[in-house]
Amino acid sequence: MASPTAAMAPTLERFADNVWLRFGLRRLGRLLVSVWVLLTAAFLMIHLIPGDPVRAALGIAAPPELVAARREALGLNDPLWLQYVHYLRDLFTGDLGVSTITGLPVAQVIGDRLPATVELALGGFGLAVAIAVPLGLGMAVLTRGGRRRQAELAFTSSSVLLAAVPEFLVAVGLVYVFSVALGWAPVAGRSSPDSYILPIVALAVGPAAALARIVRVETLSVLQADFIRTARAKRLPDRLVYARHALPNALTATITIGGLLLSGLVAGTVLVENVFAWPGLGSTIVQSILAKDYPVVQAVVLVYGLGVLVVNLAVDVTLALLDPRSTIRES
Amino acid sequence: MSELSFEDVTVRFGRLTAVDGVNLTVPDGTVVGLVGESGSGKSTLARAAVGLIRPSGGRILLDGRPLPRKTRPLQMVFQDPYSSLDPRMTVGDSVAEAIPRGAAAGRAARRAEVTRLLELVDLPPDRAGLYPVQLSGGQRQRVALARALAGRPEVIIADEITSALDVSIQGTVLNLVRDLQRRLRLSMLFISHNLAVVRYVSDIIAVMYLGRIVECGPADDVLLDPQHPYTRELLAAIPGTDAPVEAAVADTEPADPHHPPAGCRFHPRCPIGPLVHPDRRACLEIEPVAAGHRNGAACHFAADIVVRTDRHQPV
Amino acid sequence: MRSRWGSVLRTPVGVSAAALLAAVLLLAVLAPLVWSAEADAIDTGSILRGSSAEHSMGTDNLGRDIFARVMVATRLSVVLALVATSIGVLAGLVLGTAPLVLGARAGRIVTAAVNIAVAFPGLLLALFFAVIFGVGATGALLAIGFAIAPGFARLTQTLVARVAGLDFVAAARLAGVGRARLIVRHILPNIGEPLMVNATIAAGNTLLAFAGLSFLGLGVQPPAYDWGRLLGDGLGGIYIHPAAALAPGVAVVVAGLAFNLFGEAMAKGIGRQTAAVPVRRWRRPAATPVQRVPGPDAVLAVEGLRVSFPGPVTPVRGVGFTVRRGEAVGIVGESGSGKTLTALAIARLIEEPGEVSADRLQFLGKDLRIGSGPALRRLLGTSLAMVFQDPTTSFNPTRRMGRQLAEVAEVHQGLGRRPALARAVDRLRAVRIPAAERRARQFPHEFSGGMRQRAMIGMGLMGTPALIVADEPTTALDVTVQKQVLRLLERIRADDSVAILLISHDIAVVREVCDRVLVMYAGRIVEELPAADMHRLARHPYTRALLAAVPDMTTDRDRPLAAIPGRPADPTRLPVGCAFAPRCPLADEQCVREDPPLVADVLGHRVACWHADLVVGEPR
Repeated sequence: MASPTAAMAPTLERFADNVWLRFGLRRLGRLLVSVWVLLTAAFLMIHLIPGDPVRAALGIAAPPELVAARREALGLNDPLWLQYVHYLRDLFTGDLGVSTITGLPVAQVIGDRLPATVELALGGFGLAVAIAVPLGLGMAVLTRGGRRRQAELAFTSSSVLLAAVPEFLVAVGLVYVFSVALGWAPVAGRSSPDSYILPIVALAVGPAAALARIVRVETLSVLQADFIRTARAKRLPDRLVYARHALPNALTATITIGGLLLSGLVAGTVLVENVFAWPGLGSTIVQSILAKDYPVVQAVVLVYGLGVLVVNLAVDVTLALLDPRSTIRES
Repeated sequence: MSELSFEDVTVRFGRLTAVDGVNLTVPDGTVVGLVGESGSGKSTLARAAVGLIRPSGGRILLDGRPLPRKTRPLQMVFQDPYSSLDPRMTVGDSVAEAIPRGAAAGRAARRAEVTRLLELVDLPPDRAGLYPVQLSGGQRQRVALARALAGRPEVIIADEITSALDVSIQGTVLNLVRDLQRRLRLSMLFISHNLAVVRYVSDIIAVMYLGRIVECGPADDVLLDPQHPYTRELLAAIPGTDAPVEAAVADTEPADPHHPPAGCRFHPRCPIGPLVHPDRRACLEIEPVAAGHRNGAACHFAADIVVRTDRHQPV
Repeated sequence: MRSRWGSVLRTPVGVSAAALLAAVLLLAVLAPLVWSAEADAIDTGSILRGSSAEHSMGTDNLGRDIFARVMVATRLSVVLALVATSIGVLAGLVLGTAPLVLGARAGRIVTAAVNIAVAFPGLLLALFFAVIFGVGATGALLAIGFAIAPGFARLTQTLVARVAGLDFVAAARLAGVGRARLIVRHILPNIGEPLMVNATIAAGNTLLAFAGLSFLGLGVQPPAYDWGRLLGDGLGGIYIHPAAALAPGVAVVVAGLAFNLFGEAMAKGIGRQTAAVPVRRWRRPAATPVQRVPGPDAVLAVEGLRVSFPGPVTPVRGVGFTVRRGEAVGIVGESGSGKTLTALAIARLIEEPGEVSADRLQFLGKDLRIGSGPALRRLLGTSLAMVFQDPTTSFNPTRRMGRQLAEVAEVHQGLGRRPALARAVDRLRAVRIPAAERRARQFPHEFSGGMRQRAMIGMGLMGTPALIVADEPTTALDVTVQKQVLRLLERIRADDSVAILLISHDIAVVREVCDRVLVMYAGRIVEELPAADMHRLARHPYTRALLAAVPDMTTDRDRPLAAIPGRPADPTRLPVGCAFAPRCPLADEQCVREDPPLVADVLGHRVACWHADLVVGEPR
């Protein structure tokens, strides 16, 4: 041990020992890598399409001169690395290109469509959590230790059923019952507040059922934990045992597993939007794929991907706040 | 002749140094008992010996030569007999798998060999067709021993082989281990956290603390005349032993292997170290060496003890 | 292994799921043969009709029969789902076992890539691949296959990592087993079942996902059709003609559920090998006469304590003893002897479906068998302290240490947050935790094992305990730390004359701390004797064998240790007579026939053995 380094050691040590700082740096690093992978994947997506994407987009009948001109305009004749550099540069300046179909700037298309999708996703997320957490927790407390087998069976079978039915089928069913048969809600579109109800419900039902199952299973396993026995040995009233000791721990486990489910909800908007003709990104991407409008497709994939990464980041940060151990856990 | 020796062996996992410059010899036909608390690196050393972990430095030698890659002269018996046998294989298959190809050619010969091995560990050969779940913990540990013997090893590493067993079973497994070792003249590295168990089977006892061997010598010397203060702490900690406690270090915490202290690694807990004798600065700064002390005790003041220790510990 | 799959089919859910799945598969094979002609018959005369005698579900925009089309679409839908699943599972298996095959470094890159991919939802990946592979059935097949691959790879990795970390894999490597054989013989068989379960569920999900892609127009292209395509075509006319959209929707859900439910049933059948047994109430035998009246200084008096579980199993079968003020009593026994359940029953911590009954269960003169009001809760919360075996799992990981102690004072002593925390810090100091104030603000994982166990004891000292029940308090600790914890318990006992009930498998630990020892075997106390002189006084063959089988620092190294043949008694299969008889060298016919009673001699030592008188002198 030389003395000059010994003097510096404590500061370095403290720096390295600050778990929050280390967690933040590690998480930031992972986010950056993920974003880079996403950007690169979106870039490669266009270049992996077999054949000439311009030819594919313009149709077989398009004159070769037009194709050549468009290729030149899109920079497709440059070497791949140069295209990649231009792509990244354009992204950072906010230039997402121009739609090959409508001629509108892609950034504008995204700007128009994104709010509708975000509303839908947030509404669905809120509703799913609002249903799932109390329901799962309540079912766990009621059915712990093999109590009330009938209720358990009813809950598990109906939640399996609901979780298995995909969003777009729920949506079709809801449209049939509430719009067609009962006439209570509009069939499609985004206008009055009541036009939000069916899409949000359709989006939330499946994740809510799946999440409720997870909450129940996790709560049951937490109720088996040694520290719950400790809480009982302290003779705390039941409400404190559940609220202080069971719930926070069940939630940490739930969020870990449920996080994937919630980012799945971001993708679920695609199908729901198509059923309800919701003017969001979901209907845009499908139309663009069918029309081979690649600049738009690329941008929407990027937006969805970033959405998923943000959800994952939020999940990890929430976990770190709820469970201090997760900041030191390597991932 | 089969002598296992560790020369300056170091094992690192990232920033953690689990085993730090260990020198240790298991002479031919003897049992070396290795004791230490959890995190001292004793299991890591065992895994490094059999090649499950690659050491970051130093050499592991058998009769002065590097371990051969083809044959397997070192075999290991693991702590938990519930996880060391494949639940989807009959115990006979598990043992047969470990028989070297050259040792028994043909189905019948292999079956005969399995029978011989099971009998060697006092198991009826008809148990060969059973799955591990159908056996008790003690029986599984016997199967694990039979599997280790199948490779005709020269050295056996036994890593906490009785600590997962019920107390009434422990005795029979220890008897078997001792019996086999004497009959087959095996060299053995016997690892345990339980000093009484180590004492019962070992000829030589080595004490490990935070990745270092701090004392090593003939069992009686180490137990009756311990040179390193940590060895004495271990002996005093055995239930039923009444030893005066140095108040300054009575409730100190075990060291964290991720942040080993500078100087002598034992100094924050040492009853003859700087916490009790403030003038002993050397412990804070200089690493003690084993050379020149009785039992190779890695303590600056080991010599100090030798002079005064003519009364034996009541062991 | 066969019987496990059989057990899947024996549950009602399993049977119905299997039947449903069989029906779907059968339909996939037969439907095109039966309904093809009808499904393709264009009838411009009856376009978009509702249901009629001729067309039970009505017709589509070319007058084709919708029911027939839904039936015929079964084959394509199911085949596409199965092929896509196979692609995904295969790709997932390859990626998942790559770390094992390629070695650590290349494996880490694959793992990292999978970890990033798995964060993206399947549908998004499917859309991504659909762009690359183009619109159509083949494109969608590859897109969905690759989309489920990362999830499967992650699952495989987790399972492989878990199995590969087990010692039997290490043992096989030491035995010279090669990498390929290691994977085929040892790893795949041990991860096969969960993989199959997940593949089945994945097939269901793939079916639904494929329907989704086709519905969006990205999957199957006309003139071919699957359920998703039919659904998408039908949706436009849902106002006038709902059956065209609902019929394929129902088909998708039923088929998807068939796969999912079968997978769930498989998972259940594998996970729970023993089916639930109907709960039978434990019938109490005729009450045994209460032999002794506890003295006035008894902190705890137990008589005829039984704990039973549905099965029925009775792991504690009539335990009785007393603990006096300031006394330390030990319970020694092997796993399955019922010693821990005895402790939990005394502390009223046995939860349903466990049942506790006793002829007497008194703590500080209060009958614990009746009542559960706040008064009793306060009494137990402040006067009975518990210390559990594993200090790592016995604290709530998400609450600060100080608060976990403080809540005892808040609930039972009505202290406010601040004074309660101050008391917690004071108690942490009392159990010799350095820098108690700072430590109180830390979380349990920042404490070492020994410190946690001391904090646990400190938690018991928040009130004014009359009894500390410590269940294997030092088993998880190193010997030097064990010594510290035992010293702490002794000091507390001496300072405040707190009684201690110490439960351990380690006779040496019990002997060091306790005045009296209770030896338990198979749910009964077989001997009660003073701790100090166990070697001389032990009369039960089990106690004596236990003393002789465990080496200590004075054991003669040249003689073999005493062996106890056989294995510990199984509480689900207890013999009629003495439970130790099958392992006992003294057992005779009486022992097999009759369970010996626990009889006290003049000195108060109790022993339950027909042949206790035969045993004299030193056990070795």
